[in-house]
Amino acid sequence: MGKPLPADYNTTETRSMLLNIGPSHPAMHGVIRIIAELDGETVTNIDTEIGYLHRAFEKSCEQGQYNVALPYSDRLNYVSPLISNVGYCLSVERLLGIDTTDRCKYIRVIMCEISRITDHLTCVGASSMELGAFTVFLYMIKAREWFWELVESVTGARLTISYARVGGLKADLPADFAEKTLHAIAETRKVLKEVEGLLNSNRIFYDRMKDTGVISKEDALSYGITGPFLRSTGVDLDVRRYAPSLVYDRLNFDIPVGEHGDNLDRYYVRMEEMQQSMRIIEQALRDIPAGEVTVDLAGQSVKAYQMVDDAKMGLTRGMKQVAVVADPTLEGSSGAQHANVYSANKLVALPKKEDTYGNIEGLMNHFKLVMHGHGIRPVKGEAYVPVEGANGELGFFVVSDGTDKPYRVRVRPPCFAIMSALHKCLVGDQVADIIPTFGSVNMIAGELDR
Amino acid sequence: MSISATLSTKFSQEVTDLKEANGQLWGYVDKRAVKKVCAYLKNDCGFNILMDLTCVDYLHWEEKADRFEIVYNLYSMKANERIFLRARVSEDDAVIDSVDSVWPAANWLEREVWDMFGIRFTGHPGLKRILMYEEFQGHALRKDYNYSKRQPLIGPKN
Repeated sequence: MGKPLPADYNTTETRSMLLNIGPSHPAMHGVIRIIAELDGETVTNIDTEIGYLHRAFEKSCEQGQYNVALPYSDRLNYVSPLISNVGYCLSVERLLGIDTTDRCKYIRVIMCEISRITDHLTCVGASSMELGAFTVFLYMIKAREWFWELVESVTGARLTISYARVGGLKADLPADFAEKTLHAIAETRKVLKEVEGLLNSNRIFYDRMKDTGVISKEDALSYGITGPFLRSTGVDLDVRRYAPSLVYDRLNFDIPVGEHGDNLDRYYVRMEEMQQSMRIIEQALRDIPAGEVTVDLAGQSVKAYQMVDDAKMGLTRGMKQVAVVADPTLEGSSGAQHANVYSANKLVALPKKEDTYGNIEGLMNHFKLVMHGHGIRPVKGEAYVPVEGANGELGFFVVSDGTDKPYRVRVRPPCFAIMSALHKCLVGDQVADIIPTFGSVNMIAGELDR
Repeated sequence: MSISATLSTKFSQEVTDLKEANGQLWGYVDKRAVKKVCAYLKNDCGFNILMDLTCVDYLHWEEKADRFEIVYNLYSMKANERIFLRARVSEDDAVIDSVDSVWPAANWLEREVWDMFGIRFTGHPGLKRILMYEEFQGHALRKDYNYSKRQPLIGPKN
């Protein structure tokens, strides 16, 4: 027996505890600091600190020409970089007042939807893993791999793709793209079915997702939340439907919505959105106009280096008539199909590499577009075009001062709004609920901090 | 009545230069009336989402009377309409009313504008830097902030 407590001892004194999670924490993907105020296991307040991955994206965009900002946009949402690429190009094209070819639009739609699938696969896979469902993670990453191989076959890179160009695309699709894509879609449908079998009626998964991280419709709207996060509360807001750019108005797809705005509904919405994206890709592959191959190179072509050597010796007779076969590293993957996917507007589109290296007009055109003080020059003004990113409305606000460099590039990062409302989802929940909620936010530090 | 007609009758003094471009409405709003106009747009016109709030630094632009312009990007779900309101803010008096009480979304967005452009928002509940650290000197997205300037927290200072 210990000593009895003094009579005035306050046995019910309680103090809240501060728990610091992050910036680098094994259960958090992405660098972010959450300071949680706890009363026992219950979260009473949340303070979110961001900025750990700030790379001065907007400032850097102002330093170079319009196409120079494109590779930076890959690094915004690095799980679905194609959407940021396309979004930036659409804004600059609106500023220039130009349109792209139909085939280019279809390819952009296909690549955006592939990106949306890879993004959702990563999000659902990673957050399931954090709840202990490691198998799901492996299955989903396996499926993502098929899509990233497709992306690689089109763009030449898996993550830092830089595929879109102002006025078009870097290259056309490779020959066997449709076949490979349909195969990847068929396989992914099987994977999603397996995942649903593993998760949907899994006691642990269901209990940890159901009624956790709840946000009301009104709160979500007042915090400017868009995308799957908003749709899980029952609002069918989707940029592809309300401000369709590209060819989204010609394609059939549904917008899945949830009911409760909790983590489970966000999981369901993302799973269904992947199915809808695959539906869009199938339709787009069916409807895509065939590209016309504009030049027939057979029979009268000459290697670029040979041409340069000949020209040095003055052997230029008849040189303008022959087509040049440029080195594959210069040519890109589809010099012959250049006109299919690139604007014919010489003030915007780079000429194909054969022309750049093969004749003086092409060289001058190229020079005028890439040298400092020349380049793409939209008139003074500003443009904002929203696209549906994987996390919600992604928009680039581009201001031009009439020179070849963007005067200001502002990106509206979709998860910025969600992160600013994180306390609305988490206050009142348990500490353990932070993990699935944060997972379903799908925070991408690259676009959040820019 | 269209939104542009409503705005120009109700706020004939405060809202000016309304013009339509590419299905989006652009206009200027007097910075002293920004909170009033925003509250009206939200409560009576259905502009329920503040999609974005940002700033542009028009240093050395001859046609711009004031150095900064705050851009409010508002979206109405019901009418599927978008309006871009811009408020002129001068360099000497870089202060504007916060719209945090209208849309809570403005909280972080205004912190970012303060961080990057150094514009103060009166009535903001906690105006502190968001992307940069508190010790950071100056405001990085101002046009007179040199791109190559470095301010490392640790290591040799240049």
